[in-house]
Formats: sequence, structure tokens, C-alpha cells
Amino acid sequence: MQKVFERPKSLTDAEFAYCAGCMHSVIHRMIAETMDELDIIHNTVGICPVGCAVFMYEYMACDMIEAAHGRAPAVATGVKRVLPDRVVFSYQGDGDLASIGTAEIIHAAARGENITVIFINNTTYGMTGGQMAPTTLLGQTATTCPSGRNAVTNGYPIRVCEMLATLDGPCYLERVCPTSPAGLVKTKKAIRKAFEKQIEGKGFSLVEVLSNCPTQWRMTPIESLKWIDDRVCQVFPPGVFVDK
Amino acid sequence: MATRKLMKGNVAICHGAVAARCDAFFGYPITPQNEIPEYMSSMMPESGGVFIQAESEVSAINMVYGAACAGKRAMTSSSSPGISLKQEGLSYIAACELPCVVVNVQRGGPGLGNTLPGQADYFQTVKGGGHGDYRLITLAPWSVQECYEFVPLAFDLADKYRNPAMILMDAIVGQMIEPLVLHGKFEMHDYPKTWATNGARGRAHNVINSLWIDPTVMEELNLRMQAKYLEVQRHEVRAHDYRVEDADIVLIAYGSPARICKTVVDLARDEGMRVGMLRPVTLFPFPTQAAADLASNGKRFLVVEMSHGQMVEDVRLAVNGISEVAFYGRTGGAVPTPTEILNVVRAEFGKPPVVTHYPRPSEAPEKEAHE
Repeated sequence: MQKVFERPKSLTDAEFAYCAGCMHSVIHRMIAETMDELDIIHNTVGICPVGCAVFMYEYMACDMIEAAHGRAPAVATGVKRVLPDRVVFSYQGDGDLASIGTAEIIHAAARGENITVIFINNTTYGMTGGQMAPTTLLGQTATTCPSGRNAVTNGYPIRVCEMLATLDGPCYLERVCPTSPAGLVKTKKAIRKAFEKQIEGKGFSLVEVLSNCPTQWRMTPIESLKWIDDRVCQVFPPGVFVDK
Repeated sequence: MATRKLMKGNVAICHGAVAARCDAFFGYPITPQNEIPEYMSSMMPESGGVFIQAESEVSAINMVYGAACAGKRAMTSSSSPGISLKQEGLSYIAACELPCVVVNVQRGGPGLGNTLPGQADYFQTVKGGGHGDYRLITLAPWSVQECYEFVPLAFDLADKYRNPAMILMDAIVGQMIEPLVLHGKFEMHDYPKTWATNGARGRAHNVINSLWIDPTVMEELNLRMQAKYLEVQRHEVRAHDYRVEDADIVLIAYGSPARICKTVVDLARDEGMRVGMLRPVTLFPFPTQAAADLASNGKRFLVVEMSHGQMVEDVRLAVNGISEVAFYGRTGGAVPTPTEILNVVRAEFGKPPVVTHYPRPSEAPEKEAHE
């Protein structure tokens, strides 16, 4: 009998501890599949964030480093510069990358650091209990803006891909929406492409994944995917922003 | 071949880094340490290493963290306010038991302070400036020669104990120019770094992490770290003494105040007062035994710092009430003159002060107090 589906070698045997319906595990799997396909598991160093994916080092079978909140691009820079032939990626959420770590991500991109960043944008601080994120939509409720994000007091959501696209350093920036089978295929392709760009030595690559948080959004998994399609994609349109 | 040069302390640090086969330097501008990143920007590439001017001190220390995770010798430098920004990273580096070297060319503070010499970062450095129970192996050079020699020593100790090491200077030590010998003779060991996250080639994958949810595991790490610090205290104490044998009073100072105190010792001896000096070279581990031994030999102490009294606490702990410990300090970028210190020494011997060149704020005419 032909085996058509198996656990990627780049994943450990650990069970994902993510909430039901959360897409972190799906995206972890896509990164692992990419490492398998490119045969880079023994040559890859991953940097995990502070946030729900803080335990990513439990799941990935490559060398992993746990960074301080927001500092993953600086840590990745340190690794990549002294080991330029290794594949180095960071995995960061919106609070990590677009709030506390804005300086690190902008300057890693501006330097054209030859690293890959997988940016998970679910518009909330999932782990700490659903506080307002830099990407929380206007009107979206959070535990620190219970009546909804108000531009006057809370400012506006940050569009990371659009912002980084103004820089000359990035070689590949794409925002993907894995809410449908087609979206999932597109997401996997983008992640693989980002790793390939790094292996080709082209510079900074980032894939922004519009992800969900059924727990903090107080939705069922299905509702959360629909909410991404209906609301999140309006503010954060999927697309390729840089590809060179 | 050894060469004799005239050089700034900050530049000597760079030569020490190259001699230590430092792989990567990550810096950020701040006075009075700017010569270090400036020289390193060319010296590192010339010696096959990496130099990055980071976007902030926060990023610089996290680049150090990354390069240290990769198993390479990594270093950064800054001055007081910038070192404050590195504390988060230092806590992580210590918790992950990673070796690295950090240079602090201390300036006047607190706050933005000024670019003049200071020593008020002692607590931050030797008591663990970031969160959690950790220590930095701390070396305090007092000459340009020591700036050069302490970088390889710091890297070797950092590698040996898998712990960050700090070279704690002040603006005088960093900025002063004096002759040094670049001898290149250093005993450095290659401690195997099997823990490094440099790609899992032919081994199980490595994880470098300081997140341990299970308190028994987290406590175990803390106990292992404390055991390590005990070993450091047992084996790595370094101190110099000067004319202490027959001294009644021993001055204790490190860095540039120790240079000034050495002059004071000679001035006092000329006046017939038996004064000596103990200079801690390692601030952690502190030369506790040396101070305790001097105390049990009946000597009194005068601690001189460019702070309002930080190292003096470690001296008092060491002496444990056996002997009197007096303190004299200037802060905010002010540097004590030999005359000032000599007058404190004279007072200890019951003698009147000689001429005071620099009036102390306390000696200025007092304003009337308002209710």
C-alpha cells in the first residue's frame, strides 16, 4: 500500500498543545514539511517567540532558540552572520513582531538580513488572554479595549507587509490567508518560497499569515475562519508585496 | 611579536578582542565607548569576524545572544544607559548559560547623566542588573594594558563557566592613553560547545531556552547556576595589593580611583602615615577573603568609589564588623583628587586637612532653610 500522508520528519513526536481550531499547528506543519522537502533539517536554526508559539522548540526537530519577546530578528541575525551557510528562520506573532519587536523587524529587513520570518497575525495577544494587539482591527474588542478598538484612544492597526515593502532590504514579502484549501496551498507555497529565497542568498523574506484565535475571539473555529475572510482580509489584503 | 604602542583603553579592548579570537561584535554608539565599535568595524572584518552596528543596545545584546547560541565568541560594548538596556538580554544569556563578553565604560549617572567617569553601575553589574538570580563574572581594569589583557581572560572565563562576563571600566580607563605591550600571549582554552544551536548535523537537535514551566526544573537550573557561582568564587578571585603589610589603613578602590589611591598611598607614606591599598580586579567574585584577612590583622579601611557607596557594601560584608570601614565617594562625573582623599586619610589619623583644591558641595555656604 502506498503511503500518501505522514508526519514530517522535521516535527518531533510531541503533541501540539494549541487550542482546538488554532492554526499555529497547521503553520508549524507547513514549516516542517518545507524543511523536509528542502532537506535542511540538519542545517536549520529556528528562533521562537514569546506568545502562544513560545513552545515551538518542543515541536520542531531542528535546532531551536527561544528568544526574548520581540527580539527574534536580532537573535536570528546573530546566528546567521556567524553561520551564513545555515538556514535561519524566526516565527513571531503580531504582539512580538509588530509591537515590542518593531525596531528589530524593521532593521533586520532594512539590512536585508538573509533570514526568513514567519509572521503570524491573529490580531490579538492569545497567550496572555486576548489583549489589544498592534494589528487589532478598529472596532474589534479585546480585554484592554473592551468596547472595541477606537482610533482616537488606541490608534490604528499596523500593516507590516506594506510597511516593510517601503524598504530596499526585503526580497520577498507575501501575506497569505489560509482559510480555504486554496489558501492553505498558497500559504505552504509562500513559506517554501521564503525559505528558498534565503537558500539562494537573496536576503530578507517574510510571510505574513492571517491566522485565527478562536479562544480569544470567542468564536468557533469555523466562525473564526469566516471572520478572517470577512473582516481581517479587508484591513490586511492578501498578496505579494515584494518578490525579487 | 610583542609590540609597544601608545593607545587608548577603548582601543586596547579591541586589540584584546582580536587576540581572543572574538568571532562577532555587535555595537551601538554611546559616549564614552565609541572608539570600541568604531575600531571594531574595521578590525573584526580584517580578522575574519563579524561587525554589526545594531539598531539599539537591546538588539546588540540579542545579536550577541544569537551568535553565542551558535557557539561563537561574541561581544558587545556600551556605557551606563546602554548597559541598562542590555539587562534583559543579559538575564536570558545567563539563564541559558551562554558565554559572551560585555564591556561597560561607565559614565556619570543616573538617567542620561553625562559622559564623564562614574562607577555607579557596580550594583547593577555585580548583583545582577536584570531579573532573576544570576551573576556576571566581572573584571575591572585600571590600565590600558589590563584593558587589552582582560578581554581574552573574560572570554576564557565566560567559556569555562558558560556565563556572561563583564569588563567594568570607567570613562577614564576607556579614554586615557598610555603605553601598552601587545604581546599576544594568552592562555585560552577551547571548551567544547556541544550545546550550540549550529545545525543538528550528526546529533540530536539542540534547544537553547530559559523557559521552564515546571518549578522543579527551573529551581534545578537556579541551583546549578548558584553552584557554578560558588566555583567562580572559589577559583577566580583576583586582587592586587600595594604596601599593605605594615599599613594601619587600607584604601580599597578599583578602576581609575585605584590609580588615584595609589598616589594617595605614596603621599600619605611621605607624611609618615602607614597606608596601603587593596585593588579588587574581579568584582564578582569579590576578594572577600583578602579584605577579611586584612581586617583580622587589625587594619582599618577607607573605600573610595566614584559612586555614593556601592562596593563598600561588599567590603563591609567581608569585614563583618571586625574592623571600621570608612567611605569616600564622588559621583555624577566628578573625580576625587588625591588631595581630597589624602584629607580623608589625614582625618582618620587625626590630622587636620591640607589645602583643598576642589570645594565639596557640602562645604559651599548653606542657603537658609525654608519652612
